[in-house]
Amino acid sequence: MAKHDTPLLDQLESGPWPSFVSDLKQEAEKRAKNEAGHELQIPVDVVDDLLGILELSFKHGKTHWKHGGIVGVFGYGGGVIGRYCDQPELFPGVAHFHTMRIAQPGAKFYTSDYLRQLTDIWDRRGSGITNMHGSTGDIIFIGTTTPQLEEIYYEISHNMNQDLGGSGSNLRTPADCIGQARCEYACYDTQDLCYNLTMEYQDELHRPAFPYKFKFKFDGCPNGCVAAIARSDMSFIGTWKDDIRIDDEAVKAYVGGEFAPNGGAHADGDWGAFDIQKEIIALCPTGCMKYEDGKLEIDNRECTRCMHCINAMPRALRIGKETGCSILCGAKAPILDGAQMGSLVVPFVEVNADDDYQAIKDVIEPLWDWWMEEGKNRERLGETMKRLGFNALLEATGIAPVPQHVQEPRSNPYIFWKEEEVEGGWTRDIDEFRKDHQR
Amino acid sequence: MEQAEAAEMVVEALRKKLKSKSKFYFNDLSKILGMKPRAAKKYVNKMVEDGVLEYWSSGSTSMYGIPGTGKQAAAEHED
Ligand code: SF4
Ligand code: SF4
Repeated sequence: MAKHDTPLLDQLESGPWPSFVSDLKQEAEKRAKNEAGHELQIPVDVVDDLLGILELSFKHGKTHWKHGGIVGVFGYGGGVIGRYCDQPELFPGVAHFHTMRIAQPGAKFYTSDYLRQLTDIWDRRGSGITNMHGSTGDIIFIGTTTPQLEEIYYEISHNMNQDLGGSGSNLRTPADCIGQARCEYACYDTQDLCYNLTMEYQDELHRPAFPYKFKFKFDGCPNGCVAAIARSDMSFIGTWKDDIRIDDEAVKAYVGGEFAPNGGAHADGDWGAFDIQKEIIALCPTGCMKYEDGKLEIDNRECTRCMHCINAMPRALRIGKETGCSILCGAKAPILDGAQMGSLVVPFVEVNADDDYQAIKDVIEPLWDWWMEEGKNRERLGETMKRLGFNALLEATGIAPVPQHVQEPRSNPYIFWKEEEVEGGWTRDIDEFRKDHQR
Repeated sequence: MEQAEAAEMVVEALRKKLKSKSKFYFNDLSKILGMKPRAAKKYVNKMVEDGVLEYWSSGSTSMYGIPGTGKQAAAEHED
């Protein structure tokens, strides 16, 4: 029997879609039965009370959660998002209902044993409700009481070698694609770089001193499986400098229908025979490919590494050998000015584990110094860049302007000359000038 | 600057403003200390560790305040 009547929530179960309300009801029942025999450390009816308070919020058309509060375990300024309800007498199970962010394993690789440990801790010390994963990437534990925070932190850190993630004005939990662990397109080892920077910047992750949140994301290639270009203040996207490697025999095999294009991904529909002109050459966004007399050619200087041809014919085309990453800055989801994509700051940087990724850290640190000093409160890096101009960022980081910084000629050249940079300065000999120009 | 001196500067400045606000951005603290953010951070971290300051967060932003100074009520615009 449900603890609270929830007619409004029940309606949400009536559509054709899976409903979180059904999930919550199922979890409430599971807790009541407690077949696993957990020694429950927070109220058994936490999920029932969550349903109850949500129903009340629907009825009143307003939230019953207070705003903000406690932020972490001792020494941490993030990782916990304090939530208290403003109707604790009616819903004692959710009087405290804090969220915890747990750092996800690199590329979200799990063993089933690890997942079981996570859910065991959370069934025992929390509500059992999780969000796998939050948009930053973290494992989100939704709902526990204040005394459990330190206990959970102790267990995940000591027994599972895991840490809390970032929240608030911190470096947020860095997120990466699966990279070289499984993917032949990976131009660098995303997991190693992600882990290295996570460890290097522990203070930034756990102790807030930024104007606002800051996200790192690592995509091994421009396919962008973690959408770094759209969703991180600083994105590291794998790329290469030299030529796409072409295996002529394999190209012929695609043309001859021996290999299915796109790894057979669209094999369920009848698209007719593979047509290299129509499906590859004509779709290359820079028009830098041609296929003539059974031979594929790429003008690599014009290629923008869009990945289309490689994705379509992976057995015939491979990324180049001279690999590294591009660094883009300033992407964010819509909060103030609307969504913004990252701007290219460093077209190519080596990703070198042997020197502890120094070339990358040399970009990160001056950029942070600039944003920490110039950024307004609650201003994302991309907003500071927009307000002060791309040129200000280049100056602060000591990065020289290059043509790749210009999106298109004349509309946003970003680059302004200063007097000391121009031979002869701004002044001119007026008599010389008058010789050719009348008043 | 000595840690104790820095803590005194911050506490004094924050107490003065207590009537109008009880939560402060990190930037406010580095301004009080007259330091660049990175230098200020070392002192501020220590102040939190020593219990001179405490964190408050909405989940998306973080703020600092003197422990027990009515931060929750302020967040709900009661004062
Ligand atoms: S982003 Fe590229 S390298 Fe990473 S998993 Fe996706 S396709 Fe592979
Ligand atoms: S990667 Fe994209 S731009 Fe480059 S050759 Fe292939 S289709 Fe053209």
